[in-house]
Amino acid sequence: MRIFLNEEPREAAAGTTLFALRDEVRPGADLLIVNGFPAAVDVQLAEDDRIVMIRRGEIPSADELEALMAARHTPGVHARLKRGTVGIAGCGGLGSAVAVALARIGVGRLILADFDVVEPSNLNRQQFFVDQIGLPKVDALKANLVRINPYVKVAAFYGRLERDNIPQVFALVDVLIEAFDGAEQKAMLVETFRAACPERPLIAASGLAGHAASNTIVTRRAGRNFYLVGDGTTAAAPGQGLMAPRVGIAAHHQANAVLRLLLGEEPE
Amino acid sequence: MTIIVNGTAKSDPAADVAGLLTQLGLDPARVAVEYNRNILARERFAATTLADGDELEIVQFVGGG
Repeated sequence: MRIFLNEEPREAAAGTTLFALRDEVRPGADLLIVNGFPAAVDVQLAEDDRIVMIRRGEIPSADELEALMAARHTPGVHARLKRGTVGIAGCGGLGSAVAVALARIGVGRLILADFDVVEPSNLNRQQFFVDQIGLPKVDALKANLVRINPYVKVAAFYGRLERDNIPQVFALVDVLIEAFDGAEQKAMLVETFRAACPERPLIAASGLAGHAASNTIVTRRAGRNFYLVGDGTTAAAPGQGLMAPRVGIAAHHQANAVLRLLLGEEPE
Repeated sequence: MTIIVNGTAKSDPAADVAGLLTQLGLDPARVAVEYNRNILARERFAATTLADGDELEIVQFVGGG
């Protein structure tokens, strides 16, 4: 009969039990999941059962994690994401959340750029931990991404992005995410990257502060290979601080636009 | 003279892109301008004279990220 072990199909003799299979293929496994439920006692396996065997605390190999992700995303989708390289300009509220989402889905290569360090006030929305205060954001974020998916390749540029280095820092990207804080910096990055790399998509964000209704944040096409996320008007200001929910909504609009572009679909 | 700004016709615009931004109440440091489908560097806003039928896409950014 055919069963699936850690998402890979394999043949098992009729009458095989869960514990017998474990003793044969992974004697050290101490967590056995059959069709989505942890199994405490031995059971007889049946055709098409899906079994996951894990040893607690052990990090899956690259091949194993890849098989698990490919099964979750379907193999064709996974292969396209794995080939993708995405640049993230700014690793604050938007950039850190975009990076986490893209690492989780297995985008192959991320290029992070930021000049700043983690401050206590960042923790209301940015994907850092309290014990990372004072670290460069690119280093802290890279460490967190490695804990999520050690097989995503992450390059970090710790410094200011200016007109003269933006094309070099992001020379290899398939898609660039604009995730700066300041309006003038956003405009500078958009102008510079679109002039230097007009064929490569850029996804910027504008208008995501405060706690206005979620559905005012949209993704729209705003030019050739250029997409804009946000409500377009809500700037960070007193009474309209940057907060995790809305910044996260905008960041995930950006991440989903990347996903759609890597799969050959229009983001809007 | 009529130009197209963000998909909408605009009659009697200013003579150049810098003047148009002032007319629209936009801060030139916070916008990205696509002029006839090409990105326009901000140093050229003042020197870019508008002509009938020109198409512009202007995005104004607000802070927060």
